[in-house]
Amino acid sequence: MLFTDYSFIGFLAVVFLLYYTLPKKWQWPFLLVASYVFYFIASPSYVVFILATTISTYLVSLKLDQLETRQKEYLKAHKGEISREEKKEYKAGVRARKWKWLLLCLFFNLGILAVLKYTNFTIANINGILEAFHSDGTLSFVDLVLPMGISFYTFQTMGYIIDVYRGTSSAEKNPFKLALFVSFFPQLVQGPISRFNDLAKSLFEIHYFDPKVVSYGLYRIMWGYFKKMVVADRILPAVNTIIQNPDTYQGGFVFVGMMFYAFELYADFTGGIDITIGIAQTMGITVTENFRRPYFSKNIKEYWKRWHITMGTWFTDYIFYPISVCKPMLKLSKFSRSRLGEQIGKRVPVYLSSFVVWFTTGIWHGASWNFIVWGLMNFVVIMISEEFEPLYRKFHARFHVKDKAWYGVFEIVRTVLLMSAIRMFDCYRDVPLTFKMFGNMFTNFDLSAFTAEAFLGLGLSAADYVLLLICLIVILAVSITEERKGSVRDLIFRAPAAWKYVAFGGLVLVVIVFGAYGIGYDQSQFIYNQF
Amino acid sequence: MEPLLEILKNLHPEIDFNTCETLIDDGLIDSFDIVTIISEINEEYDVVIPAEEIVPDNFNSAKALYDLVTRLEDE
Amino acid sequence: MKRKINVKRAAVPAVFLVIMLVLLYLLQRLLMPKYMSDIPEGAMVEEYYRETTDHEVIFVGDCEVYENFSPIKFYEDYGITSYIRGSAQQLTWQSYYLLEDTLRYETPKVVVFNVLAMKYNEPQSEAYNRMTIDGMKMSSSKIGAIQASMTEEEHMLDYIFPILRYHSRWSDLSSEDFEYMFHKDKVSHNGYYMRVDTRPVDDFPEPEKLSDYTLGDKAMEYLDKMRVLCEENGIELVLVKSPSLYPHWYDEWDEQIVEYADKYGLDYFNYEKLTDEVGIDYNTDTYDAGLHLNLSGAEKLSEYFGKYLTETYDLTDYREDPEYAAVYQEKIEFYHEMEEAQYEELEEYGEIISY
Repeated sequence: MLFTDYSFIGFLAVVFLLYYTLPKKWQWPFLLVASYVFYFIASPSYVVFILATTISTYLVSLKLDQLETRQKEYLKAHKGEISREEKKEYKAGVRARKWKWLLLCLFFNLGILAVLKYTNFTIANINGILEAFHSDGTLSFVDLVLPMGISFYTFQTMGYIIDVYRGTSSAEKNPFKLALFVSFFPQLVQGPISRFNDLAKSLFEIHYFDPKVVSYGLYRIMWGYFKKMVVADRILPAVNTIIQNPDTYQGGFVFVGMMFYAFELYADFTGGIDITIGIAQTMGITVTENFRRPYFSKNIKEYWKRWHITMGTWFTDYIFYPISVCKPMLKLSKFSRSRLGEQIGKRVPVYLSSFVVWFTTGIWHGASWNFIVWGLMNFVVIMISEEFEPLYRKFHARFHVKDKAWYGVFEIVRTVLLMSAIRMFDCYRDVPLTFKMFGNMFTNFDLSAFTAEAFLGLGLSAADYVLLLICLIVILAVSITEERKGSVRDLIFRAPAAWKYVAFGGLVLVVIVFGAYGIGYDQSQFIYNQF
Repeated sequence: MEPLLEILKNLHPEIDFNTCETLIDDGLIDSFDIVTIISEINEEYDVVIPAEEIVPDNFNSAKALYDLVTRLEDE
Repeated sequence: MKRKINVKRAAVPAVFLVIMLVLLYLLQRLLMPKYMSDIPEGAMVEEYYRETTDHEVIFVGDCEVYENFSPIKFYEDYGITSYIRGSAQQLTWQSYYLLEDTLRYETPKVVVFNVLAMKYNEPQSEAYNRMTIDGMKMSSSKIGAIQASMTEEEHMLDYIFPILRYHSRWSDLSSEDFEYMFHKDKVSHNGYYMRVDTRPVDDFPEPEKLSDYTLGDKAMEYLDKMRVLCEENGIELVLVKSPSLYPHWYDEWDEQIVEYADKYGLDYFNYEKLTDEVGIDYNTDTYDAGLHLNLSGAEKLSEYFGKYLTETYDLTDYREDPEYAAVYQEKIEFYHEMEEAQYEELEEYGEIISY
């Protein structure tokens, strides 16, 4: 069931109606049932894996909680009897035991993900190495299922168990509540990666039907469908035409493909998240925002604070910080500072942990070198801009362009182009081809890719392009408004009441008529040519 | 408190750390700065700030950060 | 007081919902293909519902009924009232459901089914499904027809709300779509699709040998359902195979139909074997080189078949009924006007363009 299937919309309607008509205390248990039904329909075999992750996390969280409670009781009971050193020693012992349990849980869940997602990638690489050494033996690939959303829910539960370990989140005693946190169906397809503390409150609360909250949710859903179906799915054929035929589409076409893909991915991903957050909102549940108009970022660091936010903060909190402030790293920092000098030395830990973060971010996106190189390219660009930072400051001090509007636009365009260029690794078949096509974009560049004829050869009609242009303007207008004046939905609700209906009804009609779904109409199919 | 302010000043001369209480919330310091601060605090005070203490509440102001350091020194 | 507020609260969304439904309906009318200047076959199923008088003979089947039998000729020569519920590549189960649908409006004395479609046991083409089913009024028969006809890529909702199927026509809309949003022109003569042009027969490739000549079980099942439905309603079922050189109607298939007809005492005529008696000349009587009959061919076949109908069944001569005579007077005029117009076009351009 995809978001755009009729069956999903039907499923949603049933869930929504039952959610508000059932007795209130059944609301969250009902959502749990609905989530498992959703997952079961996707594929019965998936349920096994999500259950394994949920149960293991639940048991370990209880264990961690128990250790913590016991420590508190021990310290309370022996207050005044033990010395500070003894207390410290006792605490360290408990900590070590907690650490072991945490590692066990992380290894188990990451293990499931690693085996299912990365086994064949590993085999392919081993085969590559064997081949390089002219070995005759190769390993054969294994046939594994990859449960829907496994990367998302695994990271979400890992975040939860680390929070419990750290004490920033208390352990959920009700296994069914934890199960719902892991499996909440709108999030299963493509995230966001929620934190327990953020989601739990509104997820398990009782919600009464509030017309305003529900309408806000419905707006969000329709806006998501608009971006996904009218824009993303319409432009996709053109993107595929270009990236799947690198021999034909070179030079300027590579650039066109790159920009089309930037538009497609934006519309698809933010649209999907809008649908997710909107669905939750219709049920009174608040899901963390995952995007904040990322294409208005002025530099790549800002971009990563506005694009796929929950993933970014996850990697920062659970990988970047733990690595960069762990004791060995602090020692290394001391060492490098004494050897390499203050300025370079103090960057060593940051760079080292950033490298790990971007490597894992890459591989998290997919089991292929394309994604790893994509991640590392981000790393490289961030590091370079970090190194140039003093230079920028000098430049800005010398030339007062920082607060000029045109300079802001320049920075935005620069960032979008840079991110789109890096994203080419997401498109082309393999890493060497991506590099080749990237070079080709410049060496083979000519304007023939920008003629009407060239655009019409990509599988879209003139009407499609007009429609896409209008959509681009609408999305831009909405984004600028949100950037300057805040929520567009608030504006609509403050306007005369009729606008609420006009805006919503218009959006529904636009999606139904202009959405790129269904078989498509080709009159020649209807011509009665034989009998 | 003084050495800590010195560390912060070196990093971002343009920020007034005596008064600012929204260092994280307003995005004035980022994750790279935080790591640098932690490693310098480690040098200066011989205190290790563990990852779980990296939350906005502890880093929003110089005062909060100093309280954190003293608390950790005590433990 | 509170009640009043509640009513008002509910009224606005309700009005909104109604407006949305009306808008969607209008958009649907606009976006659905009209089949007026092109592919008139698509408009035929719907046209039946405009009939004001009943019919004693109903034809169901594919092009081999709607291009080969002329109800106007039947009326002119014998006073027979008939209607052809034909459509492009109408499959056996679609013929069954169209018959079921017709019986909601009238009960004829005779039903004629052309057996060519028996060669298909699976849904064939989404587009042809559409041309048969979209024109049907909503009923359990329509739902049945959809369920029996859907290919794998299709969805029931797309039939119930055709806007979901045709929404992408937004970029193909023409003035025709606005002009015929609510009212369409007549394209057929009681379901007969007229063509006056002639294309002499060509060579056809030798029919391929098939590995299995058994007619499919689904096709047989629906043929049987049709027979039972007729029996229940006291209707005589007649099976025919129109004269045609292509697609090939294998003897092995013919034998199975003969056998079935014998078993249930039905009349079955294979006109491919009776061309001489009927007087069909494939060099002058088809418009597409042997596949479908033109007006001349259809009238010859209708004369022959009409004789059989009047002689065999107790049919009324409606030429003497003033109500029918008035209705048919108009139909006859339309028939001959179109005939004339087509001949004119043929003379002017050498081919038929607008029909």
